[in-house]
Amino acid sequence: MQLSREALTRAYRQMKVIREFEERLHIEIQTGEIAGFTHLYCGQEAVAVGVCEHLSVDDKIVSTHRGHGHCLAKGCDVNGMMAEIWGSREGLCKGKGGSMHIADVDLGMLGANGIVGAGSPIGVGAALAAKLDGKGNVAITFSGDGACNQGTTFEAMNMAVVTKAPCIFLFENNHYSEHTGFEYAVGTQQDIASRAEAFGMKVWRGDGTDFFSVYETMREVLEYVRSGAGPAAVEFDTERFFGHFEGDPQRYRGPGELDRIRETRDCLKIFRASVTAAGLLSHADIDALDADVMAEIENAVTLARAADRPTADDVLTDVYISY
Amino acid sequence: MAQMMYRDAVLSTIAEEMARDPNVVVLGEDVVGGMGTPGGPEAIGGIWSTSTGLFGQFGADRVIDTPISESAIVGAAAGLALAGKRPVAELMFADFIGVSLDQIWNQMGKFRYMFGGKTKCPAVIRMAYGAGYNAAAQHSQSVHQILTGMPGLKVVIPSTPADVKGLLRTAIRDDDPVMFLEHKALYGMSGEVPDDPDFMIPFGHARLSRAGEDVTIVSSGLLLGFCEAVADKLAAEGIGCDVIDLRTTSPLDEETILDSVEVTGRLLVVDEAPPRCGLAVDLCALVAAKAFASLKAPPQAVTPPHTPIPFARELESAYLPSTDKIEAAVRALLAWR
Ligand SMILES: Cc1ncc(C[n+]2csc(CCOP(=O)(O)OP(=O)(O)O)c2C)c(N)n1
Ligand SMILES: [Mg+2]
Repeated sequence: MQLSREALTRAYRQMKVIREFEERLHIEIQTGEIAGFTHLYCGQEAVAVGVCEHLSVDDKIVSTHRGHGHCLAKGCDVNGMMAEIWGSREGLCKGKGGSMHIADVDLGMLGANGIVGAGSPIGVGAALAAKLDGKGNVAITFSGDGACNQGTTFEAMNMAVVTKAPCIFLFENNHYSEHTGFEYAVGTQQDIASRAEAFGMKVWRGDGTDFFSVYETMREVLEYVRSGAGPAAVEFDTERFFGHFEGDPQRYRGPGELDRIRETRDCLKIFRASVTAAGLLSHADIDALDADVMAEIENAVTLARAADRPTADDVLTDVYISY
Repeated sequence: MAQMMYRDAVLSTIAEEMARDPNVVVLGEDVVGGMGTPGGPEAIGGIWSTSTGLFGQFGADRVIDTPISESAIVGAAAGLALAGKRPVAELMFADFIGVSLDQIWNQMGKFRYMFGGKTKCPAVIRMAYGAGYNAAAQHSQSVHQILTGMPGLKVVIPSTPADVKGLLRTAIRDDDPVMFLEHKALYGMSGEVPDDPDFMIPFGHARLSRAGEDVTIVSSGLLLGFCEAVADKLAAEGIGCDVIDLRTTSPLDEETILDSVEVTGRLLVVDEAPPRCGLAVDLCALVAAKAFASLKAPPQAVTPPHTPIPFARELESAYLPSTDKIEAAVRALLAWR
């Protein structure tokens, strides 16, 4: 199905917001202002956006340590997220969670997660809740090629099949789990989707660097899962443009690898090329969006920097008992 | 004596023990690093640099890079140990005991007793623990109170490079499962380390790192240094503190603590784990039960509050015990009447 100009604009803008959010963090982290571990989603934008453009607030997603893109695509507030990463009390989680624990449950964003593989069972639960509610909603759990090796993922997949939970196991294969290659850590040395298939699920595969591949694949997957047919799994082949976490020297990469993937596997470039070639949006349209997003991110950083800092008293709030 | 960092003491002890005993094997996530990548094996080691070079020296059968599967890593360590090997498994963060807890708690901790003493389980599970990195609620925890509550496990917390060396060697040669907790904020700490290839520190023997007659402070890990700083400051005022580095929480050196409290009459436990059902209350209870007559004040503890660990710098520093809080607690003990 052809996307409207409005939908295309929205999708591109969302991807660009994620890209600039991450590119800017990459720079800001080097100043030492931002604390903790930060895992950037840069390079994988087409997956988060191609998935979340299909979802309503009543559909839930469960994310990972590399969660900024999922959060932004699901509608989390840009300023609130930036402030959270800055550790401000005006952040989405009042500075208590930070980059790895951003959540906005009201938007159906059930949390980034610092424990690899923890999200899949949570997704099954959210899907079972959707099944009980009977309104055709789904839960989507994002996992990496590393997380697919965690026992929790296997258990969750089987349980989803057994309970016919409307759960989608979405695997973002960026070929690395921390410093380890996918070919080493996934024993089949093939794909992740075929594993999911062995659990009795219908599976799909797509190109995670191409928004349209993700979007069209997800249309089919969601139609299937919303119909009550049970869980499904999808694997998208994608790329991570930065290190595992900020500060990673990435010596496991091949020579020229980063330049090559930035050149040939950049989902934003690929999107621009295909919509301009098809005459759907012009370069000028896209340039205007870029400028708009740059201003939005600049503003978010300015606000985050000036935002209220938490105080010692805040340690003892949001917990049922204080001692 | 050699000058060495805490992290290098970990690495060199493992390497020495692997060279000495072919049954010692290492396993964990990214312990080789770079497996299956263009950069190749050892392109980059684990994030703590505590296994660098082992793969090249001892090969793939003894240095096993694993997928992200903590339950299987710890379980495999249990199986290796039951089958006569001496595994040294690494959990990248101590918080991940959550994923592998059954294998630690219901399996390796219980084999020897449950099987009527017919087996041993010489496994070491190393883990990086502790706050100070703003790594938030799932990457900063001190888990010794959980592990210490589990019968059958030995729990070790080295606070200096020399103690890493002596305690890790003992752990690897020990026939029981040992949980070896390395404070991530200490990895860069430098110190003198004995050269003796058989240098070992027995479990259950605490170390007196400062001596004084007014207050007994018991601690370990990162916070031990905080306690030493407070003791040094107060010494200038004529207030003397015994600072006891526990070294192992299981087995526990009751004697050193009780002997000290018999002289000082005052106990302060400084611990990084949450306050409830933990080491701090355990030691306060020990002293109340066994040194009651010598007490001049109720035993006290400085711990974080009963909350998950917050992210923001201001929050994490407010959460953690500080030298100010420790000093105030010592003064309060002295002022008690
Ligand atoms: C239970 C657990 N084990 C290990 C880690 C450390 N860790 C964080 S991310 C990561 C790699 C995850 O790889 P993948 O699932 O492919 O996600 P990606 O980083 O590529 O997005 C590891 C090992 C963790 N956070 N939690
Ligand atoms: Mg990955």
